[in-house]
Amino acid sequence: MSRFKHLISIDDLDKEDILFILKKAESFESIARGEINSKMLEGKILANLFFEPSTRTRMSFEVAMKRLGGDVINMTAQEASSIAKGETLADTIKVVSKYADVIVLRHPLEGAARFAAENSEVPIINGGDGAGQHPTQTLLDLYTIMKESSLDGIKIALMGDLKYSRTVHSLIRALTLFNTKIYLISPDTLRLPEEFLEGLKNVEIAELDDVINEIDVLYVTRIQKERFPDEEEYKKVAGSYKIDSELLKKAKENLIIMHPLPRIDEIDVSVDKTRHAKYFDQAFYGVPIRMAILSEVLNGVIA
Amino acid sequence: MKQLTISKIKEGTVIDHINAGKALLVLKILGIHSNSTETVSMAMNVPSKKMGKKDIVKVEGKFINEEQLNKIALIAPNATINLIKDYEIQKKFKVVLPEFIEGIIKCPNRNCISNSDEPITSKFRVWFDKNVVAQCYYCRRKVKEISEYIY
Repeated sequence: MSRFKHLISIDDLDKEDILFILKKAESFESIARGEINSKMLEGKILANLFFEPSTRTRMSFEVAMKRLGGDVINMTAQEASSIAKGETLADTIKVVSKYADVIVLRHPLEGAARFAAENSEVPIINGGDGAGQHPTQTLLDLYTIMKESSLDGIKIALMGDLKYSRTVHSLIRALTLFNTKIYLISPDTLRLPEEFLEGLKNVEIAELDDVINEIDVLYVTRIQKERFPDEEEYKKVAGSYKIDSELLKKAKENLIIMHPLPRIDEIDVSVDKTRHAKYFDQAFYGVPIRMAILSEVLNGVIA
Repeated sequence: MKQLTISKIKEGTVIDHINAGKALLVLKILGIHSNSTETVSMAMNVPSKKMGKKDIVKVEGKFINEEQLNKIALIAPNATINLIKDYEIQKKFKVVLPEFIEGIIKCPNRNCISNSDEPITSKFRVWFDKNVVAQCYYCRRKVKEISEYIY
């Protein structure tokens, strides 16, 4: 039996479920790297339904499915927009769930994945719904922390746009399940909304300079230009939230830097060569995590 | 204190101890509108020992079912229900806040799927935390001023 039928929100999983998936992902790593071939999901078909573009998420699901011997059908954002004019999401899901064994849905409206699950005969995996949930991102973030640092007893700083970043919001909720100290670093206008702070312990607003020498993980997110009324203001703020190798001289030796990508210029390319840079590994870890999720909802047995 | 002026009813449902000013919303929740045929009387801002002021709604000739009545707890958690037969109270109970509410509340999040053209009914998980709090089942938005989002 699967631990869950659909994967809609990280909040639907308890700590045990999360650790189970992370552990399962670990067993898929050599398949994810192409070192071992697998036919575990042979004959199974994944449908990517992307109502807004997200090349990375779509590709890594595609890779995960194909590395496990399964097949993929895609509906692009372009096709989706022409469908959206004539058909409800409910109907699209009902039809596609007749074609495929599992559906990955990316949709601009919040709650779309939960609604899709109500209309689907097959598992729905939420690939991001508006400003809402993106649980596979959260799981791959946790996996990266587990692999490259530790999930227990660490200090992590979340930096950048903490107000609008759904990646950050879900990660904070998940991290509270573990014994983690969280520092929040952001411009005043992009602070974490109060409602997220309600009832959270071990969370503190900080400046990067004050904590850089004690943190184990630095999670950087993009500050989007659209959030600022004028260009000048944006440049000023963005400039002061930039990581370069100079700053890292003060860091702990085993500090890891993460970023959901794509980056603009929050992290200087000179950082890429340092042992701290883990954002490309983080992107890779999305593959074994998505394999673990696919095999879980499709009830695959590790061959 | 002056005595209340609404007369007793022979048969039907009396909703008492409604928070002052919320009677119109109670009618809305019960689906009573301008085309309804029931005899309905309503009193607003009636003096009350317990509540200072309260509203009362009486619906004649009809026992409204309990599930429907419990939805009133959303805006009037202290409301009491009297089911009347032959001028006597046949059953009296307090409304109980349900765990989930379908319909009734409109999600304030414009980007929520429940506000789209999809065949969908809004759904909220509700609980009591000093006041009634409702959280959209779909987008997880929390609503604290529920009265403003009753449709």
